[in-house]
Order: sequence, then C-alpha cells, then structure tokens
Amino acid sequence: MIREYTYGRQIRGGAVKAFSHLGQKYEIFGWVQVMIPIVVMTYYSTIIALAVLFMVYSLGHAFGIVNWLSNPGSLMNMFAGNAKNALDLGSGISIYLIVAVVFVWIANWLIVKNGISRGIERIANVFTPLLLILMIIFMVNGIRLNGSAIGLEALFKPDFSKIWDPAIWVSAYAQVFFSTTLAVGVMIAYGSYLHKKADVVNNACITVFANASFDLIAGVLVFSILGYLVSNIDVEFTSFGTGAGVAFIAFPIAISTMSDHVFIQGLLGFFFFFCLFLAGLTSSISMLESFATAALDKFKISREKLVAIISLVGFVGSACFASYAGFNYILDIVDTYVGNIVIAGMGLIEVILISYIYGTKELRQQANEFSDFKVGKRWDILLKYFTPLLLGAVVVTNIIRMVTGLLPMDTISVIAQVVFGWGTVLIMIGAAVVFNRRKWAKGVSE
Amino acid sequence: MSTGAIIMMVIGLGTVWGGILLTIVIALVVEKKNKHKEESDH
Repeated sequence: MIREYTYGRQIRGGAVKAFSHLGQKYEIFGWVQVMIPIVVMTYYSTIIALAVLFMVYSLGHAFGIVNWLSNPGSLMNMFAGNAKNALDLGSGISIYLIVAVVFVWIANWLIVKNGISRGIERIANVFTPLLLILMIIFMVNGIRLNGSAIGLEALFKPDFSKIWDPAIWVSAYAQVFFSTTLAVGVMIAYGSYLHKKADVVNNACITVFANASFDLIAGVLVFSILGYLVSNIDVEFTSFGTGAGVAFIAFPIAISTMSDHVFIQGLLGFFFFFCLFLAGLTSSISMLESFATAALDKFKISREKLVAIISLVGFVGSACFASYAGFNYILDIVDTYVGNIVIAGMGLIEVILISYIYGTKELRQQANEFSDFKVGKRWDILLKYFTPLLLGAVVVTNIIRMVTGLLPMDTISVIAQVVFGWGTVLIMIGAAVVFNRRKWAKGVSE
Repeated sequence: MSTGAIIMMVIGLGTVWGGILLTIVIALVVEKKNKHKEESDH
C-alpha cells in the first residue's frame, strides 16, 4: 500500500503511465492491470444491483406489501433464479437484475461524467460512516442472539495443527494483499491524486487497518447470524454458500431480529441496503476511474465520451452476469480466474518491476519525506525479496490448483472453466495488447 | 465459546480495531501540531 501510494504520488498518473515510466516495453502490464477493474465491474454491478433490489423490497416490507426480511431465501431465488450449470444459457435472464443493472450503470455514468468531488464525495462522507454505524449496531445485535457463540467459535477457534502448513500462510497473505485492491491500478491512481506533501505511510496504515476493521465487523456479524440460524433452524454453516449469498441471506435476517415492528424492520433494511448500494457505487467509481485515468493519460479523448463508452461496454458485460447461468455460475468462475491468475500475476510483476527498476531506496525516501512514521531499511527487504517470493508462491500454487482442479470435473464444468475462466484471461490480455499498440496522442505526456 | 476462540478473538479484534484507533489518533494529533506550528510561524 505504501509502495503504490508513493509511486502513484510521484508519477502523477494511472497504472499505464506508471508502468511506461519504468520502460516503454512495460506499458502493456499497465493495460492488463486496468483491464482488471473493468472486468470486475461487469459482475460487481450485478451484486450492487442486488443491493438496489433489496433496498426497494425493504420499502415494500416497511409498508406491508411483502414480508420477506426474516426469510430472504425466496426473494433471492426470485432475483437470481436457477440454472443447471454455467453452459445452461437458455435458462433465462433475471428481468429484476437487468433493470437494476441499468440503474447502476446510469448512476455510474452520471457520477463519473459529472466529476466525482461535487456530488458523490459529499454523499459518501455521510453514508459511509452511517454504513459503519449500522454495521456496528447489527454486529452488537447479532452477538446477543441465541446461538451466536457457535458462529463465533467457528470463526475464531484456532487450529494450530495448520500453523506449519505453508499453504495457509500463502492463502492468508493473498487474502490480506488482495482485499485492499492492490495490484489493480486503483491505489496507484488514488496515489496520483494525493497532495505532493501527503503523509503516505500513515494514509496507508489507516487504509489497511480500516479495511481489516470493517472486514472483522462484517465477519463477526455474519458468523453470529450463521450461528443463530444453525442453532435455531435445521441448517449447516455451508448451507448458504461462501459468496455474496451469505451476506444477502444473513443481513436481512439480522435486520429482522432487530425489532418486532414490520415498519421499523423495513426502514432499517432500506437504510442498510441504501448504504451498501452507495458503498458499492463508490467502489465501482474507483474501478471506473482506474481505466479512465489510464486512458486519459494516453489518448486525446473527452472524459464524457470515454465514460459513455466504458459504461456501454460495461453494461453489455453486466447483462451476461444478470442471466441465471451468469449470476449463479459464470460470475464465480470469472471472479476466481481474474483473482487467482491475473491479479496475483500482476501483483508479482508490479512489485518486481517497481522494486528493481525504480528502486526501493528511492521509493522509501519519497515515502518517508512527509510521513510521521518512517519506514526502515527492512521495508526494502520486504519489497525486494519477501513479497515477490510469497506472491510467486501464490501465483504458482494458484495455477497448479486451477489446472489440476479441472481433472476431477465433468465435461460441462471443464468447458465452462476453460471458456469463461481462461477465455476471460485471454480477452483481457488481447485487449491490453490492442490498447498498448495504439500510439500516444500528441500533447499527452508519456 | 472455548478459551482458545476467546483469546484469538481478543488478539484479532484488539490488534485490528486498536490499530485503526491508534493510527487515526496519531494522525489527528500530528495534524493539530502542524496547524499550531503553521499558526505560530505566521
């Protein structure tokens, strides 16, 4: 985080400019990197769309039109539908999701087109803290529920037999590394907007600690609710899956236990999903900005035109994930391959190139220049040896796992993994090659 | 809850939530000091 903030602040540009600063031949890595948020945005928008739907239906709950917060499974089923497998493209498309996805992309387009600081910054300043306060209230409420201890036991009980397993350390490192959206060009772009005299070390510490704090609040809340469900309904921890489904099942149930009044339940649900929608929207804007900053660095194109093109392409991509097969199967496949192959690979390439070509000593001096905490020489060792070694292990184990994981699968699953998983990776690299070959527009500094 | 789980919970939550509080407090104190310094320089 310190490295990306510092490097972005020094370069004053996005990922493409950052990589081309290291050498013209490295520019392509910048393009691959900014392809990540664009692809992630296509399926992330469907998750935000789900928050929009839950927000609207919470109002329905408040006014007694539909009573669903204590049993969100049926509503989830109505929105996400069912498909036999990833290739079951004829299973249909969720009209609910597609309408909400249109709404999300129009919101993205309007905000990024009109500039971020005027509208969304003010709204985020109010609703992001509100989301945090609501999450803390829900967490405290979740802990007091009957059976929450079973969930918390499952979350926190240590298993020391795993401590000597290198795979656990590699997974833990990957989790910490990627949950902060490093290696996708976002933090470099953010760094480029920092003041020249900004305290990057403290900013980085606050960002990482805040991210982990929020994760833990959500973890305690979700596991408390899961414990409550396991002890009160005949279900198991794994009954709700491991992805977004857990949140969209656990949170409504958490809200329904807050009060006996339907109106208050619905109102709390509306506020919560509204905050979640805004949190998702601000994240999606940062992802859009990653590509927009990079493209504006290289091409002479108006911001409005560029944002309109990205939004249109993004919407078409999101429409695929709004299908029943797309939401239930393809989303997970694409997410797994983008995360495990592209993000991990780009993280490795980025840390090696910046550490060895730009130099860790220079970077450290720049990071320390206006910072209250100073990073020492050990930071150089972390960047030069420790991080590449661990990220290298992550990349190698991921590739081995993904290739060998195909062996026990049936034919349809293998085709789906190859087409949607490896296919997405190839499309991202192909698009990066095309953008890389285009010439820098005159008047735009390399 | 088992003792092991409680200890891990205290260590985990303490480190992370304590960390964020500490960094924010330090940032605010330093900002205040810098403001005072700037004012006294003027």
